[in-house]
Parts: sequence; C-alpha cells; structure tokens
Amino acid sequence: MTYIIEGQTGDWEVVVGLEVHAQIASKAKLFSGSATEFGARPNTQVSLVDAAMPGMLPVINEYCVEQAVKTGLGLKARINLESVFERKNYFYADLPQGYQISQYLKPVVGEGVVVIALPGAAPREVGIERLHMEQDAGKSLHDQDPRRTYVDLNRSGVALMEIVSKPDLRSPEEAGFFVRKIRSIVRYLGTCDGNMEQGSMRADVNVSVRKVGETGYRTRAEIKNVNSIRFIMETIEHEAERQVEVYETGGEVVQETRLYDADLGLTRSMRAKEFAHDYRYFPDPDLLPLVLSQEYVDTIAATLPELPDDKNARFISDYGLSPYDAGVLVAERETAEYFETVARGRDAKQAANWVTGNLFGALNKKGLTITASPVSAENLGALLDLMADDTISGRIAKDVFEQMMDTGKAPGAIVEEKGLKQITDTGPIEEAVDRVIAGNPDQARQYRDGNGKTLGWFMGQVMKATGGKANPKLVNQILRAKLRE
Amino acid sequence: MTMLTGLTIAQARDGLDKGDFSAEELAGAHIEAVERVRHLNAFITETPELALDAARASDARRAAGGALGAMDGIPIAIKDLFCTEGVLTTAGSHILDGFVPPYESTVTANLKAGGAVMLGKTNLDEFAMGSSNMTSYYGPVINPWKAADGKHRVPGGSSGGSAAAVAARAALGAIGTDTGGSIRQPGAFTGTVGMKPTYGRCSRWGVVAFASSLDQPGPMTRTVRDAAIMLQAMAGFDAKDSTSAPRDLPDFEGALASGVKGMRIGIPNEYRMDGTPKEVENLWRKGIQWFKDMGAETVDVSLPHTKYALPTYYIVAPAEASSNLARYDGVRYGLRVPGDSLDDQYELTRAEGFGDEVRRRVMIGTYVLSAGYYDAYYLKAQKVRTLIAQDFRNAFEDVDVLLTPTTPSAAFVIGEKMDDPIAMYLNDIFTVPASMAGLPAISVPAGLSRDGLPLGLHLIAPAFDEITLFRAAAALEEAADFTARPGETGE
Amino acid sequence: MSLDTETVRAIARLARIRVPGDAQDELANELSNILGWVEQLAEVDTDGVAPMTSVADMTWPRRDDTVTDGDCRAKVLANAPERHDGFYTVPKVVE
Ligand SMILES: [Mg+2]
Ligand SMILES: [Zn+2]
Repeated sequence: MTYIIEGQTGDWEVVVGLEVHAQIASKAKLFSGSATEFGARPNTQVSLVDAAMPGMLPVINEYCVEQAVKTGLGLKARINLESVFERKNYFYADLPQGYQISQYLKPVVGEGVVVIALPGAAPREVGIERLHMEQDAGKSLHDQDPRRTYVDLNRSGVALMEIVSKPDLRSPEEAGFFVRKIRSIVRYLGTCDGNMEQGSMRADVNVSVRKVGETGYRTRAEIKNVNSIRFIMETIEHEAERQVEVYETGGEVVQETRLYDADLGLTRSMRAKEFAHDYRYFPDPDLLPLVLSQEYVDTIAATLPELPDDKNARFISDYGLSPYDAGVLVAERETAEYFETVARGRDAKQAANWVTGNLFGALNKKGLTITASPVSAENLGALLDLMADDTISGRIAKDVFEQMMDTGKAPGAIVEEKGLKQITDTGPIEEAVDRVIAGNPDQARQYRDGNGKTLGWFMGQVMKATGGKANPKLVNQILRAKLRE
Repeated sequence: MTMLTGLTIAQARDGLDKGDFSAEELAGAHIEAVERVRHLNAFITETPELALDAARASDARRAAGGALGAMDGIPIAIKDLFCTEGVLTTAGSHILDGFVPPYESTVTANLKAGGAVMLGKTNLDEFAMGSSNMTSYYGPVINPWKAADGKHRVPGGSSGGSAAAVAARAALGAIGTDTGGSIRQPGAFTGTVGMKPTYGRCSRWGVVAFASSLDQPGPMTRTVRDAAIMLQAMAGFDAKDSTSAPRDLPDFEGALASGVKGMRIGIPNEYRMDGTPKEVENLWRKGIQWFKDMGAETVDVSLPHTKYALPTYYIVAPAEASSNLARYDGVRYGLRVPGDSLDDQYELTRAEGFGDEVRRRVMIGTYVLSAGYYDAYYLKAQKVRTLIAQDFRNAFEDVDVLLTPTTPSAAFVIGEKMDDPIAMYLNDIFTVPASMAGLPAISVPAGLSRDGLPLGLHLIAPAFDEITLFRAAAALEEAADFTARPGETGE
Repeated sequence: MSLDTETVRAIARLARIRVPGDAQDELANELSNILGWVEQLAEVDTDGVAPMTSVADMTWPRRDDTVTDGDCRAKVLANAPERHDGFYTVPKVVE
C-alpha cells in the first residue's frame, strides 16, 4: 500500500499536509449581514462592510462561531476558550479591506484527530493541527476583458473554517480519503455542505518528498485552491514527481506557492512574486477576543449527532455488517439514515445488500443522489417485507424495484396492480408442473436417468409458465416429487 | 443676529424653547458666520442648504410641540472624518477625492435624529494624523486667536477645523475625534472645551478609521455644559461597533452642579516634565489651588510609565493605521492613478493620494508589524500599554480624577515643527496616556499665555465615569472664569 | 535602529506606496529617527506582562445568522472610479 516514487537515485515517498477550507453553512456572512447564497448576480450580496467602505466595522455572526466549535468537537479537537481574530495584511484585487480577518496565534480549535480507512489497510490516524475561522475573499474574473480584471465581492466576507492537517498523509489516495472524511464529518454536523463544485470546500495542498527512510521533512511547495478530490490527488502525484526530478537533477525545491493546471496535468509557480509575502498579522482592534465558556462548549457538544466513526462501529456490532459495507453506508449521513430506516426490524445484511447493490446501482445509472431517490427508505423496507413473507420472490422483487425506481410507487401497489403476488397454492403449481413434464418426456427421462442438471431447466420452464410468480421453493418440491413418479 | 452666534448651546436651547428666535434664524446667523470666517479654512465643505432645511424642519417640530431634545435646531460643525450620507467626505485626504458616502455615521445620525443642524464638514489633519492641521490636503486651518506678533497660529489637530469653527463663533458646537489628543489639544489651542469620552462610549461606525483601538468621537464646545449636552446626544451603545460599550447613558448635564467638595484630585508627578514652559506650570499650579479653594483635596500620585506613553502610541497607532488605510487602493472609491499593472496602480494611487505624514506613519506601521520586528515593537508596545493602563487603575484607587496641563505650550506658528516629526508628536505628551488607557478626559480653557493665546487644563477620570469628569470640569471652568475671546470671529 | 534605503524600498513595496529613488534617503532618515526614538521602550521591564488586547472590558457582541444587509449594488459601486456590468474593474491581473 505504500506509495513509492521510484527515482534514479532510489525510492522516494511523498509527505502531504492539507489546509481544507470549508465554508460554514450560514445564511449570513461572518462579519456582516449579507447573504451567502451561491450563484447570485455580481456584487448583489455585498454590504458596505464587505466592500470595505471607510468607517465600516465587523460584528461577528454567532452562528458561525457555534459551527466552528461544533466542527472542532467533531474532529475530536481541543476547543480554545479564548481565541483571537487577527488581520492578515496583503493587497489583492478581490481583498477590499487590504487584509483578511483570520485567526493566527490563537485559533478557536486546537489539535484533533481524524481516522481514515483505505480499503485493505488498517485504519490510520491523521493529526489535525488546528481549525480557525476566517473570511473568504471576493472573486477575480480574468477572462472577461483583454485589459481588465473584473471583481465580484459576493464571496467577500463569507465564513470559512480552515482545517489544517499535520503532514501525516503519505499518498494521493490518503489525501483523497482524508478530504472525503472531513467532508463526511462536516456534512454529518451540518456545518458545511461540502459542495466542492460550488467552492464550499477546497484545499491548499502542501507537498514535499523525501527518500524512504528519512525522518526529517524537506522543503514543501503549497498548491493553492484545489477544488476537487480528483485534482487534489492529481496535484500531489504531479508535484511529487516534479520535486523528485528537481532533486535528482541536482536542484533544490524552493518554498513557494504553485497552482495546479488540470488541463496540462502539472503544477506551475504562481507569477514570480514581485513582492515577498509578509502578512504582518496582528490582533484586529475592531474585534474583541472571542471568549467562550465551558458551558457554551458543553451545550454544543450535547447536540452533536452520531459521527461516521461511531456509526461505523455500531453498524458492525449491531447489524453484523462487514467493515467494508459499514464504511460505504456511513460515508454520507443521508445514506446511513436511509440504511437504518430500511434495516430497522429487518434482515440487516439483506438491507445492506439492497442499498449498496441494487439501490446504488440504479441511482448511479440515473445520476441521482440518495436524497433524490425515487425509492424511499420506507418503500424499500416494504419491498423486503414482501419478500420475507413470501408475497413475492426475489426475482419478482427485482422487477418491482425497477418499477419503483421509475414510478416512485409503493411496492405493494405495484404488486397489486400487476398481479405479481407469488403463487403459493399447490394446485396451480402442480397443474403447471404436470403440463411441463407431459410436454417434455425426453428431459423427464434424462432426469430419472440421473442427470440432476435437468431439474434447473424444469424450474425455469415452470417459472416461465407461471409468469415467474410461483413460489420457487414449492416448485422445487413439487418438481422433484413429480419427476420421481 | 450677531447675538445668536455668541450663545452657548444651553442658551440657544432655552431661546428656541421660549420662541425668542427660530432655528432657521439661528442657522442663518451661523451660515453667515461660516462665510465670514472662510479665510480661516475651517470648513472643507459647507452645507448651508441642508442646514436651512434641517432648521426649518426643527421649527416645524417645535411649533407642533414635538422638539426632539436639547440639540433640536442647534447648528453644529462635523469633522470631515465622519461619513455623512450624500455629502462629500474627505478625511482631509487627496485619496478620498470625490467620495460621497451612501451612509451616515452612527454619531452624526444620532445627532441628526436629535434635531442637530449640520453647517458643514470641518477641516482636519489628513486621516486625523497630526497636531496642527497642517497635514490636510485642503490646506492648514488658521487659529482665530491672534498673538501679539501677528503671526498665524495653528488651531491644533487633528480636529482643528472643528475647534476653530467653535472658537470663531461659526458653530455652537462641533464634533471631533480623539486618537491621542485630537480633540483636547485643539480645544486647548483655541480656548474651547474638548472632551474625549471613554473608549466605547461613542460608536466608531462610519468614522473613517485611523487607529481603531484609540479613536473616539467627542464633543467640542465653548462650555462644559454644552459638552455634556452634546455628548448625551452623540453617545450610546451601537450594535454595529463591536467595541461599543453596552451601557446606559447617565444624565451628564445633571452632574454639573454637584461641585467638587471632598473630591480627591490626583496630581501626577510624572507630568512635571523638563522643558515645560513656566506659564504652563504656573497655570497647572493655579488649577491645583482652585480645586483646593473649592474644597477638593489634591493628592500627589505616580503614573510611572507616563514617559513611555508617547513612544508606545507611535508604535500602536501607526501599526493600526497601516492596516486601516490599506483599503484606499483606488478600486472602490476615491482617487485612482492608472498604472500598467494592479500593483502599479496601487503604488501610484497611494503615493499621490497620501501626504507626507500619512506616508510616514503607514511606513512606520508597516515596519513595526513586519516579520522579525513584531515582537520588538508592536508586541512590546502593547505590553507597555498594559502597564500604562495599570498605572491609571492604581492611581484611581486613591483619587477621583487627575489634573494635568493639556499641552506643553500654547498654539505655535503655522509651519513650525513640520520638519521635525518628533517635536510635533511631543504636543500630545499630556493627552496620549489617557488615550492609551481608553479613559475619558477633557480640556477646559483656563488661562492665557504671555502672547495672549489660550491654554487649557486637562482632567482624566476612570473609565465610564464621565459624571465625575464633568463635575470636576464644571468646577474648574467656573474657577478659571475664562472670558477672553479670539480676535477673529464670524460676528 | 537605522533603516537603510533597501529596507525603506521593501517597506514601501509592502505598503504599496511608490517612493521615488531620490526621496528614499531622506525617508530612511526620518523613519530611522522615529524608530530610534520609540526604541526607548526597550528599557521598560515587561516580563510577564500580557499585551493589551482591548481597552474595552466587555463580552463580544454578536449578530444573529439572518440576512439583514447586502443587495445594494448601486450603493456599493456608486463611488467606484471604474466599473463594468456590475463589477469593479482593475488592470488585468496575471496569476
Ligand atoms: Mg492556506
Ligand atoms: Zn485560509
């Protein structure tokens, strides 16, 4: 499982740390009352505060603080009862204040830990360095005009949580799993919608390489603003290869900020920085230190939902699921809830098979998420019930399920409508069996001569003759008895 | 109508209530006065039409028996650091060229909601950085007080235009902002009352920021009573300012008559500084005697870190300013000097838009926050600041209020000290310590210098104890009985 | 502390204020004087002293998570020296 880059001079490993920016799922911005909704017309969700008009002042959105604390608790991290907002000073077109309000020396959340489980590998702990709150910047559009950059401040001031991992990740896959895990946790908590397409989650990726066996870290490059899990994995792959090559051709990796170019499949240095960065952090004098009480934190802790790891453990112990199935089912809170609704009071393994097999397959084909599933958890449960009480066979159940996917109807209604109820009266089955045997004397003889395979062929014929509705167990019994006659 | 401009706010309020004159007449008299003293350059923008409209509205309210309060119909001047909706706001800087805010600062909104009549926006040191009004892009303000030598004096700064307007009887009162002495020092230089409330009393929302942890709006008037009346109308909790104090306002004017019998007046040893002119020391000694005569007890106290307040200030204030002024980049408002690249545009705009003193402070502030220097300068200064605040807390265990001179000299000649920033900074040596601790303080005109220029005495009270401050100030005002008038007024 | 012109150039760049070459020496002088003067703070013993974070002694004020502002593009753009199609515009930025 170890990810090794084979170089000319030996084997290299990659060292990765991530800074995941997760947008807090709030209605209003971190320090102003403007809306945060995605996709609004340019500069229509901008207050005078967000546009940094002279004399405008920030006032913190309490809900955002609560979400940051909640996320910290979800990352099993230390909550700092006193944290401080600082100004990170730099000039940029979409940074109207000339500084970003962020947290620096005293973040609201300290060290924590996240467990990732790659298929076929033992679960591994990845350290969380910190989580801090900060404002997002606006957006620069460079391709609207040959001479101008257009600036939209709708995102300016939107609340972000920056979740910083320790440099504990050792492969592109691990990084991908880590981001998925973070996304899963924030979605469980409801603190971020995790929507990477809309920029609600993105990551700065810190990459360095070292010879296998080395213990220290070498110089890292930071690849900014990577906005999908696939790109995160690709960027690590390409950047690691680039660094190995730099070392192996006698060069040195320089600490710098790079961008991932997905079209070219490579990272490139951001325009040679004319000005060295010096952010001149200092506590924002417009804001007081953020002081929380332990009761406040405890109250939030009491509202925490069951998180994926705990749910995973419970699914294994309570439902007897395999670690793999449990992992798949808990990845999304909605999936886990769907599964539990189906499994409650029923055969949990069968429920798991239907959800991860038939349901996921069908949803995939339609390009739907589980929340948009035409088959509700209640209806899928009812379908399992129909099988359990022999109302329909497993085969019919598959047909019924397909129709449920297409129509959204309850399985009972479909069975009723289409007359799919299983035939459990022996009379009609015996009649069908007699007819099939009478019509196929050669095959009947073969069976009697000891060719057991013929039984399967007869089963098929009888099922066909009954429109698939005959109870297969009964068919089997009656066939054996009659063929032996 | 000359008489109307000589009134105090309290007298004007009573006259309006009694119907002796109308708000429109009062405004008209002041609009004429503003015109007559135009050569003082106290105003950047005059708003006579708005003033008359507001005055007529006030008269209509009064006629209907619904006056809004003590400030209803009172013509005042607004330091051009307060954003005023629909009216040019410059901060005395080239970089805010043409900026017309679509919003109104909380303090001016409070005053207007109380019926106050805005005569115009007054001149100031650029971004409130200065003690002379000579750093304004709109040119220096001339102090209405004439010295024997006939040379023009500065009105002090940064609220020099406001002070000059009040002293010259061109406004019944004005508002200023005080970061290190910018209300009190011009008060002393123009023979007016300048009051800096406790940090957090008046909202900073809509006030162009200089140094956020220090900036505080306050009233500038001709009497202590007027300052109390104005503060009442300006102050109060504002949910839009995170550093605004969630406290109820006491009745400031009601405190004035209480006297100082039995009050303990602290005299800080460390304010006796080498090089302070005799006339300033003598006035201070006089002040001490006045308080004794009125039945107060004077007590020597020690504020050991006093001498470090000014250097501390000149680290903290520029640091905050360097960041606060980063928004003036030519993108969303104000001056834009086109450049080949965005960075070019930033550099050219800010080089042309900022004057020398602002540039100096932004650069000092940038330096003291930069990597490798933060601990030695900014962090160190914030620690010393803690000690300065602690000195005051210790002193106030023992005394009710502190008495000091306001400035180390009377108003100086326009153009002086411009080539020596530190000499200029020393103007605020007595006012800065209270700023560093966020305490309320007031300058009361108390005497004249040899040259016939006004001098002030300075009182400092514990945080949020403006009541005690006003009590002591009213007594001091009465004892000093300062009746001298400047040579140039609009009357 | 005496600042050399190289440092002054670096600060000027950080602060995005163009200082013409012939003004750099004088500015270095001025800034050095001011820094030299404030450095008297070094003599104050601040061991164990917490830096002041706020002169105001109070709890942090908070806002509810409700949309109360924004949707005022005309106001936001009214003072812009240059704008287009509801955007602010600046000289082209190359990343
Ligand atoms: Mg980062
Ligand atoms: Zn960040």
